Amino acid sequence: MKDSYTLKSLAVLLENNKISSKELTSEYLKNIENGKDLNCYNTISQEKALIDAEKSDERRKSQNLRSKYDGIPIGIKDLFCTKGVATTASSKILSNFVPNYESTVTQNCDDAGLISLGKLNCDEFAMGSTNKTSFFGSVKNPWKSVNSDNELVPGGSSGGSAAAVSGDLCVASLGTDTGGSIRQPASFTGTVGLKPSYGRVSRWGIVAFASSLDQAGPITKTVEDAAILLDIISGHDEKDSTSSVNPKENYYENLNSDIKGMKIGIPKEFRSDKLPASTQKSWDECANLLKTNGAEIVDISLPHTMSALPAYYIIAPAEASSNLARYDGVRYGLRVKGNDLIDMYEKTRSEGFGDEVKRRILIGTYVLSSGYYDAYYIKAQKIRSLIKSDYVEAFKKVDAILTPSTPSTAFEIANEPSDPVQNYLNDIFTVPVNLAGLPGISIPYANDENNLPIGLQLITNSFEEQKLLNVAKNIEETINYSETPEKWWLK
Amino acid sequence: MVAQMIEDWNLVIGIEIHAQVNSKSKLFSSSPTDFGSKPNSQVSLIDAAMPGMLPVINKFCIEQAVKSGIGLNAKINKKSIFDRKNYFYQDLPQGYQISQYKDPIVGEGFVEIETENGQKKIGVERLHLEQDAGKSLHDQDPNFTFVDLNRSGIALMEIVSKPDMSSPEEAVEYVRKVRSILRYLGTCDGNMEQGSLRADVNVSVNKPGNELGTRCEIKNLNSFKFIHAAIVYEAKRQIKLIEQGESVNQETRLFNTQSGETRSMRSKEDAHDYRYFPDPDLLPLTLDDDWIKGLQETIPELPDQIKERFINEYSLSSYDANIIVSDKATSKYFEDVVKNRNPKLVTTWVTGELFSILNKKNLIIEDSPITSKQLGELVDNIENGKISNRQAKEVLEEMCESGKGALEIIDEKGLSQISDENEIESLVDNVLNSNPENVKKYKNGKDKLFGFFVGEAMKLSKGKANPKIVNDLIKKKLSQ
Repeated sequence: MKDSYTLKSLAVLLENNKISSKELTSEYLKNIENGKDLNCYNTISQEKALIDAEKSDERRKSQNLRSKYDGIPIGIKDLFCTKGVATTASSKILSNFVPNYESTVTQNCDDAGLISLGKLNCDEFAMGSTNKTSFFGSVKNPWKSVNSDNELVPGGSSGGSAAAVSGDLCVASLGTDTGGSIRQPASFTGTVGLKPSYGRVSRWGIVAFASSLDQAGPITKTVEDAAILLDIISGHDEKDSTSSVNPKENYYENLNSDIKGMKIGIPKEFRSDKLPASTQKSWDECANLLKTNGAEIVDISLPHTMSALPAYYIIAPAEASSNLARYDGVRYGLRVKGNDLIDMYEKTRSEGFGDEVKRRILIGTYVLSSGYYDAYYIKAQKIRSLIKSDYVEAFKKVDAILTPSTPSTAFEIANEPSDPVQNYLNDIFTVPVNLAGLPGISIPYANDENNLPIGLQLITNSFEEQKLLNVAKNIEETINYSETPEKWWLK
Repeated sequence: MVAQMIEDWNLVIGIEIHAQVNSKSKLFSSSPTDFGSKPNSQVSLIDAAMPGMLPVINKFCIEQAVKSGIGLNAKINKKSIFDRKNYFYQDLPQGYQISQYKDPIVGEGFVEIETENGQKKIGVERLHLEQDAGKSLHDQDPNFTFVDLNRSGIALMEIVSKPDMSSPEEAVEYVRKVRSILRYLGTCDGNMEQGSLRADVNVSVNKPGNELGTRCEIKNLNSFKFIHAAIVYEAKRQIKLIEQGESVNQETRLFNTQSGETRSMRSKEDAHDYRYFPDPDLLPLTLDDDWIKGLQETIPELPDQIKERFINEYSLSSYDANIIVSDKATSKYFEDVVKNRNPKLVTTWVTGELFSILNKKNLIIEDSPITSKQLGELVDNIENGKISNRQAKEVLEEMCESGKGALEIIDEKGLSQISDENEIESLVDNVLNSNPENVKKYKNGKDKLFGFFVGEAMKLSKGKANPKIVNDLIKKKLSQ
């Protein structure tokens, strides 16, 4: 396996008949087999992937390609409904669920000829930032600290999606991001993770966590690949009422790393004494780099940043408590027999959901209850509006905002804080972006003193994905980050 | 009878009508809505709340709701919001019903009803759109409840009245009127037997001058008869409680159609906390002025306007006009018959004989065995004196059986009326001459015998003589 594989490079190899889709798919299936210890995949679509690859090769022969990327295998977070392939949301309650329909995003991939290698592990119902809440067990980060042999979390909730790309168990993957679930694991694994603007990508057929925040996006090795995959998955979908009718751009074709004259904002509220020195250093360096490349660095203020996390942990659980009501044992998924309807509900949901999911359902139910609704839900919505207007103001002054992606690099699986609130702090830099509905991208910048990737986050105004990708490309080109994890799982 | 028992009491009644939107597909999915289809044959992925499914508003249902709002003289809200009403039940696949809570699509309006004391305005508080739930079947298996999701997701309009009604009769009139308006608009078929229109009735009682009483809600009444009976029962029950020194508990009650009683379903304390919040899958619904204006132009003539026109154009009494316009099909039937005919005669025949035939056969006017054309022909033959009213009834009955036209039946039965005065005069002479005794008695003051002479003359003519001419001639001859 060549580490230089990207969507872009594979398209060229396929085009020049240097490799067939079947060979490529087999190679990745072998990597997946060899990488089982990473626990990235919940379902491996061995047979289907190979059949699909053969079909792609035939299309290539008959010059009937669906796109330039026809025949490239990718991984899919186990939150996207896939026809005939188990879709579990990494939850016991859906562990036996096989949809007879295909999500819009995965259909778009199929329409472009991409091949699914299987379904990637994630936090249960995308609730978590360590991938430890999965019913199928933790995903392991391909990276390890130089100072320890202990296994690290890959981040979450799209932990499988990020680890699989980082460990070459696929060249690119699909994730979803509700409060940082693409960007945080991308940051922890040295990959590129893009959360598009709310409404840019259809939510139809994706198991819902928090409908007003959920957004699907790519996790890739390069900014170019992120643009390529975004081109494939995005666009208006009349089946999703919140899908934007804003015309989408041709992100990859229009990619342009020239940032001369752009203004890049550094929000003072994201500064913290608790930020690791190496992260702070990367952030500062990156700002200087952008300045050197012709951008102007502007200090800005996003005054309500500190209220974002509390507001998020009211809004997201509130929506989740309602979204997850359908998992009741009546029509599909797990059913545990009970003496009567209520008993069946209680037993099914008690057994079917894990602790973190239950915790959020309880929080959500509580904050929507009469008597508490105004104090929590309404107040959180007001904060959300204030955060949105913070960014509206900021984007009057700057083109993009640069922040760290996460307050730390990947930590040991065994060291996950037992206090859930501590864990929630993992998303402190990413959550405001979801609340404001903006696009955000995490790109690897450097490795820290333990040789673990540090991710930086760029944010732009709604539907300015092009600008976001352009700035990211500029950084990527300049730093030429090329660190890869040592493949300890092969030993 | 209620009036007697509750003489000293005020009744305060408010009604929530659930009217199924007349639409080929559901509120948020494209599934069909046909009544009586095979269980679970009209269920999309969305209706079954499969993972990842999202609602998309059916624009036609929005149109129907706005039209209904216009028909109820109500304010159309240019921005409304769909909320989730959360509760668990086996026939509620999402675990929530999408409804409208704080910001309904239609605001305040009113309808006018006829009461004993003339016209009365009943306020409409709001109209909002919501999804119906599925149906639980408890009688299919000893151990399991079966669920039919055909109804799941069908669009309902909930029309909430103000507590403006003060008798069961007014309540029934109100529901009739709303139903009639919706049927004229074509926004709800109003079929109460099939559950397309059902009512939840709130009832409270209080002594005049006192504060309002505690109300009880009686759920799911699907006929005018039940609405009336449930209110009567409930009012009496509440009065009895208060008179016994007890108090009325605020609760939801069910009406037993067999016993005519209401019984408690759940008390206020047991009421669900529905945890309403705006559905994040749906954007706020916004309507623009031009679109509303465009819809306004499609609104047909509504019962109140038609009634006024009938009174002006055809000099109908308010009472008759009300009966005729209460139903769209009836008013159309009437208009078809009345064109170029005597309105009084037509009214009598439509509201009298025709209605009685339909009632007897338990038919709606759309299924009338006598077409408006046939009835028109019959009225023509009465009007031109060819047949008497009595003969006309005979013809109508035959028409109903055979479907033949009036003239054909008149010919076949030889019913054509004798209107020739000379012919009738000889009949009358014959009768008077054969009964000299009775003529004498009549002249001595036994007036009642007049009918006897008429009867004999008609008998002699085999019923064909024009009764008016017979009457006139006998009167004339006997006064000579």
